[in-house]
Amino acid sequence: MAGYILKRLISAIPVLLGISIIVFVIMALIPGDPATAILGSYATPENVERLNRDLGLDKGMVQRYFIWLGNMLTGDFGRSFALNRPVIDEVLERFNATLVLAGTSFILCSLVGVAAGVVSASRQYGLADKAITFVVLLGISIPSFFLGMMMILIFAVNLRMFPVSGMWPIYGDRDLAALISHLTLPALALAVVATGVIARLARSAMLEVLRQDFIRTARAKGVHERSVIWRHALRAAMVSIIPVLGIQAGFVLSGAVYIEIVFQWPGVGRMLVDAILKRDILLVQGGVVFVAACYVMFNIAVDVAQTLLDPRIRS
Amino acid sequence: MRAFFALLARNRLALVGLIVMGCVMILALITPILPLADPDVTDTSQRFQRPFTEGALLGTDHLGRDLLSRLLWGTRLSLAVGIAAAVIAATLGAAIGIVAGFYGGRTDNVIMRGVDMLMAFPYILLALAIVAALGPGLMNALIAVAAVNIPFFARNIRGVTVGIANKEFVDAARLSGMGDLRIILTEILPNVIPVIVIAMSTTVGWMILETAGLSFLGLGSQPPKADLGSMLGEARSALITNPHTSVVPGVMILIIVMAVNLLGDGVREALDPRLRSGALTRPMAATLVRRKGPVPEASDDALLALRGLETQFHVKSRIYRAVGGVDLQVRPGECLGLIGESGSGKSVTALSIMGLVASPPGVITGGAVHYKGRDLIGARYEDLRRLRGNEIAYIFQDPLATLHPLYSVGDQLAEAITCHHNVSKAEARARAVNLLKSVRIPNAEDRANSYPHELSGGMRQRVGIAMALANDPEVIIADEPTTALDVTVQAQILSLLDDLRRERGLAIVFITHDFGVVAQLCDRVAVMYAGRIVEEGPTDAILNAPAHPYAARLMACVPELGEGRRELAAIPGLPPAVNDLPDGCAFAPRCDKAQPACRTGEIALARSSDVRRVRCIDPEPIPEEAAG
Repeated sequence: MAGYILKRLISAIPVLLGISIIVFVIMALIPGDPATAILGSYATPENVERLNRDLGLDKGMVQRYFIWLGNMLTGDFGRSFALNRPVIDEVLERFNATLVLAGTSFILCSLVGVAAGVVSASRQYGLADKAITFVVLLGISIPSFFLGMMMILIFAVNLRMFPVSGMWPIYGDRDLAALISHLTLPALALAVVATGVIARLARSAMLEVLRQDFIRTARAKGVHERSVIWRHALRAAMVSIIPVLGIQAGFVLSGAVYIEIVFQWPGVGRMLVDAILKRDILLVQGGVVFVAACYVMFNIAVDVAQTLLDPRIRS
Repeated sequence: MRAFFALLARNRLALVGLIVMGCVMILALITPILPLADPDVTDTSQRFQRPFTEGALLGTDHLGRDLLSRLLWGTRLSLAVGIAAAVIAATLGAAIGIVAGFYGGRTDNVIMRGVDMLMAFPYILLALAIVAALGPGLMNALIAVAAVNIPFFARNIRGVTVGIANKEFVDAARLSGMGDLRIILTEILPNVIPVIVIAMSTTVGWMILETAGLSFLGLGSQPPKADLGSMLGEARSALITNPHTSVVPGVMILIIVMAVNLLGDGVREALDPRLRSGALTRPMAATLVRRKGPVPEASDDALLALRGLETQFHVKSRIYRAVGGVDLQVRPGECLGLIGESGSGKSVTALSIMGLVASPPGVITGGAVHYKGRDLIGARYEDLRRLRGNEIAYIFQDPLATLHPLYSVGDQLAEAITCHHNVSKAEARARAVNLLKSVRIPNAEDRANSYPHELSGGMRQRVGIAMALANDPEVIIADEPTTALDVTVQAQILSLLDDLRRERGLAIVFITHDFGVVAQLCDRVAVMYAGRIVEEGPTDAILNAPAHPYAARLMACVPELGEGRRELAAIPGLPPAVNDLPDGCAFAPRCDKAQPACRTGEIALARSSDVRRVRCIDPEPIPEEAAG
């Protein structure tokens, strides 16, 4: 097992390099030079030239890439000019907040999505199945940012059940209760789409498995139907559900951008959008590479979980 | 193509999606000629008018612009951008996928590594990076959304192309001297298009959402032009005071995306043959029972007795009579052989006993199964479950498919015990190991930890037998348990079953198409044809002198060692389709003794001696010594 994990980690290196190259190339496509963007159009040519030299922009593309890569490996992602602080500090702080939001949503959508799919499949064409199918369709069709706004309107403004925005109260303790009350609405809004996608997939994966011969064997043994569904069938269906959970984690992380804007959540997505509007290139570059790298690592964890679950791959 | 649209139309939800989408599209197309206010003219004196006020059906926004007009113009823009992004992504993705799949080798490798890299990003990060580089703007948002979706198309279409590129007709085209480009355009592309359509149907909704999302973030369309996303983005600051400005564009996005999704589901269902045939239905916990007519009474002292059992498969309007009135009984310690060609209904008969026929489409439409005098057909689920595996157990064919692939065989055996007996885990485990020993599996302790795929075919079959024995049942129904095994293993398994029957007094129903196995193991044998018993009696008597022409012909198919006298003859023709059974004897069309009387009316299963019964109006004469 340790060998397998090591092998997966090593195979991630080219992917990570590829990601850094893609980000670097996209950023290098920016028309005009960043120094002008930073200093504004009234800057003197001397100042622009000096800043370009300071940023290393007078060197060739390949050389610049390797300098950037080398710096990143030592934890130096450069400096955000708009915030005037190291990119890595800002990204780490913001990523924490995103992790709280996206992590909660991911757990929520995995549990609810799989459960809804299983119930839907085991009552195929029944009332529960039809109801779930309809809610799921609604869920995957509603834009999460619109849903978030409606949630604020109903649950925060009208019913006053939750705070309108932010991660912490402005005055008062930063304790778990405060976090949960701030987290509930954004986490729910973010989870809805992924829950729908997972429920759909879990339903069809269960339908696929329930037709298999080993399910008939379990029934012939006298296993209770509840256990046939939730133990025998779900365990086998998880093999095809787990990879999709990995993909959905990417969608949750993506969707977090909208939710962070709507709910003023101090996460990495909102940071990126702000940085793009301010043309804070190094912050965008560093943020994108950092989040993408985390996502690659997460997918390795999903693969490992997959092998732990399936003895046929394990051996 | 017409069939495709017919299928699409039959799916009511898809039709709703199509109609809604059609209306939205038409509205978007005719927006320029509608008598609407200019969407970009501001009038701050008229700001935040509520819906249904005069002159502004949906009210006005924060700059006093008419919301209805902005909504329609915004819809037009959103649709155009979303659909354009989908078309661009599909075209480029398909081109990349086809090139990778068609050329294979290094080209494929390089392209697919690149695609994998792009897919390693959470999609919006990549879109944000692209917008960051190109700058905010609707065109740039369109490019970003299209670019992000290219890898998805490329990967899907490459997979299909690889499958097609190795087909004979492509080789033939190559040999006839066609160039690569022509092969791609005339041979590959037409076969790939359905996949492109399916992939587009799943993503076009997403792309409309994604472009709206980028606009919502302020990275897409720039003022004063607005698509639905940026309308929502601008309205956000007035969400609490004037929610209607947010609700109007938000609901529109919801309607569009939902219609697209409904339509997409319909398209997939119409194009995916598996969904179409209704194959993806799950079997219920017990077979559906819909008995017409009177339920037969329990008659004799048999342990298990089937009386007029009828099981059908209802597939759309067709009815397959898989089992058409079967009578069988088995006593304790007795082994009954049930023999017939594949498709004769023997497995369905066996599965009907415990309600294990997959349903839908299976339905038990008549008869009774009496076990110790109680009718099992239509018994409450919980009663049936308590008997399953506990008193009546099954051994199935092909234990690789019939054992759960992800649990160790020890766990699966232990579960067979714990679901009927309240014993501790350790106790169940110990019993499981003993069961493995009793079916002569060496190293039972270690083997209990093995997974089915780690065992040989013979071992797996023994596990299947051990599982059937787990609760000391009264009846074992063995459905071709030795068919997949080689002859020596088969002989071992048969002698094992025979020993168990003698030791434990088990009643066995043994289903097979192998007369050798029947001769070795069974006391009595019943021959099935087209869902009915055609002959039944003591094994020796029937094997030596079959009375039914079908049984006689079936036995003539078996080559016999050392006896050159008998003619080896295949039966001409095919068994009848059970959804279209002929009147009278089902075997008449293939029988060389058939008379006009064979083709009309019901032919009863009549006594031909004290212990034999045959369903034929002109049976073969039975010699004295074979009367039983």
